[in-house]
Amino acid sequence: MSPKESWPQDGQRAAQLKEGPPGPEPTPLEQAWAPSQLLEMFWYLLLSRRVDERAWILHRQGKIAFHISGMGHEATHIGMAFGIQRGYDWVIPYYRDLALMLALGLTPREFMLSLYGRRGEPSSGARQMPSHFGLRRANVVSTSAPVATQIPQAAGVAFAMKLKGDERIVLTTIGEGATSQGEWYEGMNWAAVHKLPLVCVVENNIYAISVPQDKQMALLDVADRAKGLGIPGRVVDGNDVFSVLEAMKQAVDRARRGGGPTLIEAKTYRPVPHSSDDDDRSYRSREEVEKWKKRDPLNSFQTLLLQRGTLTSEALAEFESRAKAQVEEAVSFAEQAPYPEPMKEGCGPVYAEEIRHAGDDAD
Amino acid sequence: MPEMTLIDAIRQAMDEELARDARVFIVGEDVGARGGVFRATLGLYAKYGAQRVVDSPLAEIGIVGVSIGAALYGLRPICEIQFADFIHPAFNQIVNEAAKMCYRSGGEWTVPLVIRAPYGGGISGGLYHSQSVEALFSHVPGLKVVIPSSPYDAKGLLKSAVRDPNPVLFLEPKKGYRLIRGEVPEGEYVVPIGPARISRPGTDLTALAYGMMHSYTLQAAETVATEGLQVEVVDLRTLYPVDKATLLQSVRKTGKALIVYEDNLTGGYGAEVAAILADEAFTDLDAPIKRLAGPDVPAVPFSAPLQDWFMPNPEKIAQAMRDLAAF
Repeated sequence: MSPKESWPQDGQRAAQLKEGPPGPEPTPLEQAWAPSQLLEMFWYLLLSRRVDERAWILHRQGKIAFHISGMGHEATHIGMAFGIQRGYDWVIPYYRDLALMLALGLTPREFMLSLYGRRGEPSSGARQMPSHFGLRRANVVSTSAPVATQIPQAAGVAFAMKLKGDERIVLTTIGEGATSQGEWYEGMNWAAVHKLPLVCVVENNIYAISVPQDKQMALLDVADRAKGLGIPGRVVDGNDVFSVLEAMKQAVDRARRGGGPTLIEAKTYRPVPHSSDDDDRSYRSREEVEKWKKRDPLNSFQTLLLQRGTLTSEALAEFESRAKAQVEEAVSFAEQAPYPEPMKEGCGPVYAEEIRHAGDDAD
Repeated sequence: MPEMTLIDAIRQAMDEELARDARVFIVGEDVGARGGVFRATLGLYAKYGAQRVVDSPLAEIGIVGVSIGAALYGLRPICEIQFADFIHPAFNQIVNEAAKMCYRSGGEWTVPLVIRAPYGGGISGGLYHSQSVEALFSHVPGLKVVIPSSPYDAKGLLKSAVRDPNPVLFLEPKKGYRLIRGEVPEGEYVVPIGPARISRPGTDLTALAYGMMHSYTLQAAETVATEGLQVEVVDLRTLYPVDKATLLQSVRKTGKALIVYEDNLTGGYGAEVAAILADEAFTDLDAPIKRLAGPDVPAVPFSAPLQDWFMPNPEKIAQAMRDLAAF
């Protein structure tokens, strides 16, 4: 049975993926977090969704050239963000990680600048397509489009942390398809050999654009790749914030105390096409997509917080209106922002000598 | 001033940079206890330890990718690719990642990284231990490509490369590792990345070369000097970004240009030099720009007569000089 057919009905997987409404009592995992922290998580999950939805509309209106979505993955993103020390630990993400980036401090304004290709976009100065994230002030390394290139680099950052005796860890993320790349293996193998402080989260949404997991690998669980590396591999429900948080806590603690890297596979789904240029009707049924939409991570988290009383309907309305206001303000800010200029941002910096403060700063 | 071989100068540069800056470390295949297959890192493992002279897994993507990450975190990696022929798996990390990092992040992230790689033929290395890869990388903005041809330059340029805030591909003419000897001062000095060097003044024609071909070109220039032909030899040293001013100055003076390289002829580095000269020194030329290079077969074949056929040598270069002078 293929992963696509077997999941989530498969016995083992059904146990890993939460179905239906939350139980009557808070679980120990929930109780580990203060109400204010839970509301912050919810805020970023909600904000990311509303920013993302607006981006799709802007594309359909012909106002932006491209959008690649993080929709459906947000619970995994929030679990990762709150599983590390934000602003202290380092992150090398991939293009789906919008909610992670917002939780790390990327603002809706900044994301809109990237969609519109305007000056001041912090990842690349609008040189790169949107969602090729990087945010120096939050220790988020610049990323590119060829998949898995970030993995050996993440191992290298972790290697440098270990050489310097720092207590930071590196979080890196990737899709399940990109684990087919040799770069993924080479980077993870380095981290395993040197017991580096690295956590690699595979956001498994079953599709690499159109190619399903069973054409990508002969494994049901990407986490099983960890066995060949000699490191722990964990499967978690990527649509459940608490499952991701729990796995992150173990992995981050292990990394920070010198225990080495962990591979976490977060099972999730992308309810929208790969990008604004994709049409997913050619490779998957509407029934499948609708089934997954019933497990929407925003709805699930919102239902849980409302049931627990952490979130009230008044507070929810306030969150929604704040998110809407921020998104609309960001759109109008970006629409009015200037474009970069060929003879300024176009020409460089190609070399570090062209930047202020570059060079031998520690001398 | 002590005389030493090219490889001794390279080793001394790394030794001094490891001692000078705690951020510097070496990573590559067999660079540790073995001291590298060419012995470039001999003794450094014992002196600086396994933390700073790191034996990597047998995988070039990892060597370069991990070094990029370490550089992003503030260290100064020197990676060794055992033979330039094996650099191709790491092409993506070098070209798509290291070279583009500064531009693609608007200068937020830079990659101070040295990639050392022995290159070139004439050592019975066959197709996969003889390649010249400079043309593939001298097309890549964001990268610097350096090739020393003397021990003095090798030490001084490598020290500059380690201190450079950009990714530097440092290609070493391995045929010359022990053949090329020269004077190298004790202790601290650097040779800047960028400027070419007139290594032999002359008036009748300009021969432009780098690496082992520079040594052969000097020998050829001595030979034809006995016949009354005064060749000016330019050692390019930095291939990218190239020092146009020095090349143009020399060719404007002599009016003739011969470019010597051991890579395949077509699309080789000499093609770019020829284009620069044709573009910017056209009215000063009194002969066609000539290239002497390897033939357009996939790589250097192993068997001795085949290898000799492939490789430029002092005799072939001297003949090319005579032919051009006679135009």
